[in-house]
Amino acid sequence: MDIYVIMKQTFDTEEKIIIEDGNVSEDGVQYVINPYDEYAVEEAIQTRDELGGSVYVIAVGPERTSEALRTALAMGADEAVLISDERIGSDENTISKVLASYLGSQKVDLILGGYFSVDNGAGQVAIRLAQLLDIPHVGSITKLDMSDSKAKADRDAEGDLEQVEVTLPAVFTAQQGLNEPRYPSLPGIMKAKRKPFKQLTLDDLDIEEAELSPKTARTALSLPPQKEAGQILKGETAEQVKELVEKLRDDAKVL
Amino acid sequence: MSKTILVVAEHRDGALRQVTYEAIQAAALSSAENDQLHVAVIGHQIEGLTESLSSIDAEKIYLIDHSDLQQYHPEAYAAALKQVIDASNPDGIILGHTAIGRDLAPMISAKLDAGQISDVTNIENVDDQVVFIRPIYAGKAFEKKVFQSSPWVVTVRPNNISAADSSGGKAEVENIEYAKPASLRTVIQNVVRKTSGKVDLSEAKIVVSGGRGVKSADGFKPLQELADVLGGAVGASRGACDADYCDYSLQIGQTGKVVTPEVYIACGISGAIQHVAGMSQSKIIVAINKDPEAPIFKIADYGIVGDLFEVVPLLTQEFKKVLG
Ligand SMILES: Cc1cc2nc3c(=O)[nH]c(=O)nc-3n(C[C@H](O)[C@H](O)[C@H](O)COP(=O)(O)OP(=O)(O)OC[C@H]3O[C@@H](n4cnc5c(N)ncnc54)[C@H](O)[C@@H]3O)c2cc1C
Repeated sequence: MDIYVIMKQTFDTEEKIIIEDGNVSEDGVQYVINPYDEYAVEEAIQTRDELGGSVYVIAVGPERTSEALRTALAMGADEAVLISDERIGSDENTISKVLASYLGSQKVDLILGGYFSVDNGAGQVAIRLAQLLDIPHVGSITKLDMSDSKAKADRDAEGDLEQVEVTLPAVFTAQQGLNEPRYPSLPGIMKAKRKPFKQLTLDDLDIEEAELSPKTARTALSLPPQKEAGQILKGETAEQVKELVEKLRDDAKVL
Repeated sequence: MSKTILVVAEHRDGALRQVTYEAIQAAALSSAENDQLHVAVIGHQIEGLTESLSSIDAEKIYLIDHSDLQQYHPEAYAAALKQVIDASNPDGIILGHTAIGRDLAPMISAKLDAGQISDVTNIENVDDQVVFIRPIYAGKAFEKKVFQSSPWVVTVRPNNISAADSSGGKAEVENIEYAKPASLRTVIQNVVRKTSGKVDLSEAKIVVSGGRGVKSADGFKPLQELADVLGGAVGASRGACDADYCDYSLQIGQTGKVVTPEVYIACGISGAIQHVAGMSQSKIIVAINKDPEAPIFKIADYGIVGDLFEVVPLLTQEFKKVLG
């Protein structure tokens, strides 16, 4: 079974956001595999261990993304592909087309990705990719059972549970709860250094540059408005409670 | 040239969801004077909905009713919506950023080769350019985005854009016969409804939320009582769900529901960034936590340092008194 994981490198969730010259500063930032993509990598490895085959991790992004791909190799993925090219913007439409161009020329049984990325949070690329490849998808899954030509998945739909069966190949996006991602082991990290790692540019893909023109653009970036410091109420508990109710009613006028 | 904006309605249990009125308002905010509003309603046995929709100031309502569309099915819904789009020929399409909208919008965007801006919380019209504002990095920053091509697709975060008022207007209703796609590769085998409760959590005006500090399933009872008095809904942190104190359908945060109530009361929740991502836009945040150092106090408007089992019942009593 040929299993592909599309993944992204993101800021560590705890990173503070600093805006510099209209961009998010990357100075001294810790990067991780997007947490939801980590569930996808883990599921791919477990599926391969059960059914055989290979796990390919693939990312579109700057050079530094290779660290995230190496981490996935150390977790147990077999091969990595990084498509890195300054001509590729960050528009979801563009990224999905680049991925479709590469994956469209591979033998693919299963594609896993994260439900969304914790930086941009748009949640478009995996589903767009399924459409571009003309294969079905199930979004936000918490369980996956594979057989030869079919897969059953539990989809988390705002708390409701949908049990869905699709024919393969198909795309699935991983929701928290799908599994517990493993940490790379020391031997895993050593082995990862010798695993195949392909780095491509647009020149290696069959895609017209015209298709890559972004359809959306960012015009401004800002930090959330500074909230006034909150108020810790004082006094006996009963007094605090009374004061809180008054404040909600009179100051905040929300009752 | 006037534009057409198509809003994809969402309904549940025979009623339109609040987010549909917000999407209609979003359409108004993205429109110029002579632009047209169209509404798509997809489902089964949904005639009843046209009544609530007829109060909307839209030019046209497209209805597509078929037993295959009884519940959300990605391929069937995308095919049905594509039929509506072919009839409506919109310049822009707006959906809710909900379980359905999050799934359906990117399918449609790819089908139309359109740009999409997801999870929009505000819309500005600056010098005839429509600017969409959305949170990024779990709400730690906001970006403004514009489209560079048309058609375009937007999803709006529930409870952020005020709902359109529904006064007057007589939309023309057009039925479209569902053309079933030749092959559906997806089968929805079962849907387990876990979302219960009287008030829809993602639309609630007041949310009383419990974390690991609630300590047991029974510990949620005082929270439910407080929510009942306030006409609100109960939510939870992942910590509480993982500990089995409540169902995952109550989870609020990056993984769970994103809520934007008037008042969010966090009880025994530490305030991890993944939780905050799901509630930081709330108008007023109240934190009740026995640890004065808990990060939740950094984002709270009002904090009570204390034991939730003492504070919450007192709050319920006090609200009862005040609200009569
Ligand atoms: C990829 C990923 C996604 C995640 N998504 C989410 C998400 O969507 N939603 C979410 O909530 N979390 C999410 N998390 C988990 C998150 O990181 C935290 O672990 C979780 O929010 C902690 O829940 P908690 O605040 O209830 O528990 P804790 O952090 O254990 O906090 C419990 C709090 O209760 C207080 N307390 C204890 N007893 C009392 C008492 N008697 N009275 C008053 N206060 C008391 C304590 O002081 C403490 O502050 C995610 C994590 C990851 C890695």
